[in-house]
Amino acid sequence: MERQLIIAGFGGQGVLLIGQLLAYSGMLDGKNVSWMPSYGPEMRGGSANCAVVISDREIGSPKVEDADIVIAMNRPSMELFEKNVVPGGTLIYNSSLIDGKPTRDDIRVIAVPSGEIAEQAGNLRSANMVMLGAYTGLTEDFSVATLMDALRHKMGPSKEKFMPANQKAIELGIDCAKQQL
Amino acid sequence: MQRQMMKGNEAIAEAAVQAGCRYFFGYPITPQNEIPEYMSLRLPQVDGAFLQAESEVSAINMVYGAAGAGARVMTSSSSPGISLKQEGISYIVGAELPCVIVNIVRGGPGLGSIQPSQSDYYQATRGGGHGDYRMCVYAPATVQEAVELTQKAFDVADKYRNPVMLLGDGVIGQMMEPVSMPEYKMPVLPQKDWAATGWNPNSGRARAVINSLYIDSAELEQHNIKLQKKYDAIAENELLYKTEQLDDADIVIVAYGTTARIALTALRRAREQGVKVGLIRPITLWPFPSEVIAKASSSAKQMLVVEMSMGQMVDDVKLAVQGNCPVQFYGRTGGMIPGVNEIYEQIMHLKEGL
Repeated sequence: MERQLIIAGFGGQGVLLIGQLLAYSGMLDGKNVSWMPSYGPEMRGGSANCAVVISDREIGSPKVEDADIVIAMNRPSMELFEKNVVPGGTLIYNSSLIDGKPTRDDIRVIAVPSGEIAEQAGNLRSANMVMLGAYTGLTEDFSVATLMDALRHKMGPSKEKFMPANQKAIELGIDCAKQQL
Repeated sequence: MQRQMMKGNEAIAEAAVQAGCRYFFGYPITPQNEIPEYMSLRLPQVDGAFLQAESEVSAINMVYGAAGAGARVMTSSSSPGISLKQEGISYIVGAELPCVIVNIVRGGPGLGSIQPSQSDYYQATRGGGHGDYRMCVYAPATVQEAVELTQKAFDVADKYRNPVMLLGDGVIGQMMEPVSMPEYKMPVLPQKDWAATGWNPNSGRARAVINSLYIDSAELEQHNIKLQKKYDAIAENELLYKTEQLDDADIVIVAYGTTARIALTALRRAREQGVKVGLIRPITLWPFPSEVIAKASSSAKQMLVVEMSMGQMVDDVKLAVQGNCPVQFYGRTGGMIPGVNEIYEQIMHLKEGL
């Protein structure tokens, strides 16, 4: 098993965090993982992306060009990385912010209204968790428990009060993806 | 051992602390800032000292002082900052002091970019500063390897009383991978009886003098001959490299650091197409694995050197190959990272010509 992933969006949307949580979850499941951020002069509102590889074997390139799955949180990211999805791969996009549709017809497309779903989960800022859930609903790579382990590790005890809304957001994201399979 | 996700820079810093590094002097520059940031938190916890100097020149001279007192000391920077440190590094070599210098390389020349590069190869392996000198240079390709080589760097520095450089491209510093922090065990190393730790007439030993000035030419020549013996010993004992699928290879790639990993993925893809590709990854850039490259070149039909530069290590590969087979070069620079597809295309292009 090997997954090559690109996660992209505005700085501040938590796209680097989505990537870290996927990589961390992969590590918890005993896989080899790598997480490589773009680290240009980015800031809140600028563009941010990261490449994640999750694999059973030693990871070669940490840079991803041919992604099995791209998660796009905003329109510029979708336009930039749609071409990187391998034929037959999947583009998960944030339909709350992206009104256009992907143009490729040789890939699977999953539209996730992450803003609306996050609001429903009780925290508008958990839109990235909804996308994490959508990835999980699509791939079944990780259990919700593993993702929550990764999140708790990353956020630390002071963020415990946000965990129920985050878990709800992940679960709703899973449902959203599964309905489109 | 429990694995934890760590950023390369943080992992290097923690590995140094575990190896007994108690002093860090530096000046900020991207993409290595997490090293001083981590050290500023961590060193006070272990009764060490972190100091952000007013400049790189100042920082390297603080390293010179701490090393002269026998402490385990480190500095880190990125390309333009390492250029500023060269004078100090040459003095530290001349005075025969151990320290660890980390260069998380960014694009140059000048202020260049903040993106990953391997364009400091010449500087790292040819001295960089003035005078006849050599340094052991480690080039990790994974975060785990960065940890292990950082710890080894302190031991090798102490063993030979010579600075050791850890040369990582920006990717190695910025990426996160699982790390098992090894339990550091210090090997048996020579006593630091040369350290200037305070002297009094009753101490029963000669004054420790830290010096790189030999005004008498004959004396300086003897000093250089003595240093050369040390470099010969380093070349003899400290060479590290890794090979992949070399035995039947028609095309042999030579690459280090992140580039070697990207080449490995391209190699796997080419192998799936039946192309016999091998890989030699120098882990020490100096000493350089010339012998294994020479041996591979006697049976290979093509060598392909891939670097994030306009072509620096390729010179050492050509010196090792001695015309046994053609040596091709593919490079990206300025902070651009070569992709798997690009390297794969280079391989397939060479395959057509076989």
